Amino acid sequence: MIAMALTFAIGCFALGLALNLWRLLSSPTLGDRILALDTMAINMIALVVLLGIATGLEAFFEVSLVIAMVGFVSTIAYARFYLRGNIIE
Amino acid sequence: MPLYLEIAITALLVIAGVFGLVGSFGLLKLADPMARLHAPTKATTLGVGGVLLASMLHAWAAEGQVSFHELMVTLFLFATAPVTANYLAKLHVHRVIDRKTLPLTGTVTDWATLPEKVDTAASPAHEPALQALRD
Repeated sequence: MIAMALTFAIGCFALGLALNLWRLLSSPTLGDRILALDTMAINMIALVVLLGIATGLEAFFEVSLVIAMVGFVSTIAYARFYLRGNIIE
Repeated sequence: MPLYLEIAITALLVIAGVFGLVGSFGLLKLADPMARLHAPTKATTLGVGGVLLASMLHAWAAEGQVSFHELMVTLFLFATAPVTANYLAKLHVHRVIDRKTLPLTGTVTDWATLPEKVDTAASPAHEPALQALRD
């Protein structure tokens, strides 16, 4: 039962990643592209955690934490660069 | 593994998958850039929260002890998603929307994020680089 639900959830998040990629390639403004990248990072966290459940390896949670931090910092840096032309003033 | 835990983990995984898919689909489907901000920052964050909750329950059922790594990721995500949304909304208000089309605040003060006066003459030095970044 859990294996089927895992397959369903992995399929949902993988489809979500594909939709985000589509949004990234076809978005009208740069803000939407930054948002699509941020959503891709969040979906990747979900995929890595699902992989951790499926394999039972503890190391995947550190991976997801690192992806969360890098995704947040890169989104803020990109948005800030677009907003102010500078990241650290 | 007891049956009720298995049912709970399965339900959490399915709900989380649906939420994640709805968030990503909303990012593609919604018409207005400001409305598009809602889908990933709420639905997808909830989806990831559900996945992490399922992971905690699974670790508890499999090994008998709750692992707190997932809780850290959840707290980090729930703390950073509003910050990201705030930054992107600010970017939109400053860079994309015309100031005259913004709705009035209804008080004596203007929007807090906007400067007192729009000074289009004093363009910052990085403007050409930003222009190149835009489509």
